[in-house]
Amino acid sequence: MLKMNRLIQLLFFALVVKPLVLIVLGLNIRGKKLLPMNGPSVIVANHNSHLDTMVLMSLFPLFKMHKVRPVAAADYFLKNRLMAWFSLKIIGIIPLERSGKANKNTLFNECHQALDNGEILVLFPEGSRGEPDKMSPLKKGVYHLIKDRNDVSVTPVVMNGLGFALPKGEGLLVPVNVDVIIGTAIDKASNAESFVNQLTNEFRHLKELCITKQN
Amino acid sequence: MFNFSTLDVSHPVYLTMALVLMFLVLAHVISYCLVKLNKIKSPEELLLRIKSWWWIIGLLFLSILSGLIASIILVAFISFLALKEYLSIVPTRQSDRRVIFWAYLTIPIQYYLVSINWYGLFIIFVPVYVFLVLSVRMVLTGKNSGFIHSVGVLHWGVMLTVYSVSHVAYLLVLPIGELKATGFGLMLFLIMMTQLNDVCQYLFGKLLGRRKIIPAVSPNKTWAGFLGGVISITILSGLIGPFLTPMDIPFSVMAGFVIAVTGFFGDVTISSVKRDLQIKDSGQLLPGHGGILDRIDSLMFTAPLFFHFVRYFYA
Repeated sequence: MLKMNRLIQLLFFALVVKPLVLIVLGLNIRGKKLLPMNGPSVIVANHNSHLDTMVLMSLFPLFKMHKVRPVAAADYFLKNRLMAWFSLKIIGIIPLERSGKANKNTLFNECHQALDNGEILVLFPEGSRGEPDKMSPLKKGVYHLIKDRNDVSVTPVVMNGLGFALPKGEGLLVPVNVDVIIGTAIDKASNAESFVNQLTNEFRHLKELCITKQN
Repeated sequence: MFNFSTLDVSHPVYLTMALVLMFLVLAHVISYCLVKLNKIKSPEELLLRIKSWWWIIGLLFLSILSGLIASIILVAFISFLALKEYLSIVPTRQSDRRVIFWAYLTIPIQYYLVSINWYGLFIIFVPVYVFLVLSVRMVLTGKNSGFIHSVGVLHWGVMLTVYSVSHVAYLLVLPIGELKATGFGLMLFLIMMTQLNDVCQYLFGKLLGRRKIIPAVSPNKTWAGFLGGVISITILSGLIGPFLTPMDIPFSVMAGFVIAVTGFFGDVTISSVKRDLQIKDSGQLLPGHGGILDRIDSLMFTAPLFFHFVRYFYA
């Protein structure tokens, strides 16, 4: 069963995601060399569309796809059985409880386990897709995830255009080129606030390097 | 419709393609040597540029060898990439997503009209029907703020990337006498002269350029580059035109002149767009060149003008 899912994932990315990202979208990539190709590491990106995850994962070669693990909202992606199967087995998400009721000590258990396995986590610190191509205030979760670890780097990525291609609540995909700007890893921070400030500034800086139109 | 397999290998289209490939091999070897000898300021870019040329010419030649339909599809795909790139860099309103989707749908229709050789509709479809329909569709979104700007930006882009570019494909179905494969010859001639004009203008500008021709838009464009391009392409057209196309020497010379002059204006028009948007390249599709608009900027102007030149005098 595990092998079967791996195969479906491979085919899905080879035949659907990569051609879609390459032809229907089209990427302007900057700083590709800064992308961590091996775990344990964390990628943080802005979030405007379901396509964000697809575009980020498509930056990796097919044989590494199963090592890239998007951290996604459990309440949304585990809504029904089909979506849960697809999210967990094909995309390989790590579901995260975002209600705030979950136990803080066990919340990130699965994330830590993945990092221990040398995997690459993808997180969206805005917490939700929000308004098209607008940055929402960042949440502090990433800081709490990595504060006790010395083995992970946090690489910021800013994407622009996907909020136009496929925004929240829309089913029609409109082809546009998309900027993917990868920044240098964020420095260690002593507290959550300075971490979030640093990340916010870095996102703002990377956003300026986009060549697609900016709202 | 003719079939390529019935053509002699000594057909001018084949010979020209072989010549282009030899030229490309030569360019590759020379740039490689220059890079090895450390004569180039940015060697990586030059090599990327040549590599992209291999892709462009490879795809073009492959589609020509595959025949008419494949070639029309390739030109349609170039329109798609160009329109997509254009719509990604110009300001658009989020509320116009669906209108923009409709704009993409003009591509299959316009190229279908090419494939069935319906000239009457081909020539008015975008300037009349798309012009009106996209305006109405945009009205129906109910957003008044920014309407004039948005409707203008959208139609201008469709005119450039779909309407203009589709004239390249229409050369293939233009009925000209009983001659075989003239369409491919015309297409090859147009694309070759347009691209060589870019190269010649660049080289003459680098070697002899002093007086700037339009400094506010393009500080690298000089009178020497412009005139050098016009003179060399006019002469080259006089040599190649009679061999590759139904045109005789005087008309080939005139065609070369038209291509060289209008190609320059296409180039600076896209430069103006990029200046306005404060970006250097329109995309990253062709490493070393930039985006697809950076590559076909001249072609978007030369295609309809060369097309009507040929159609008026020869079809």
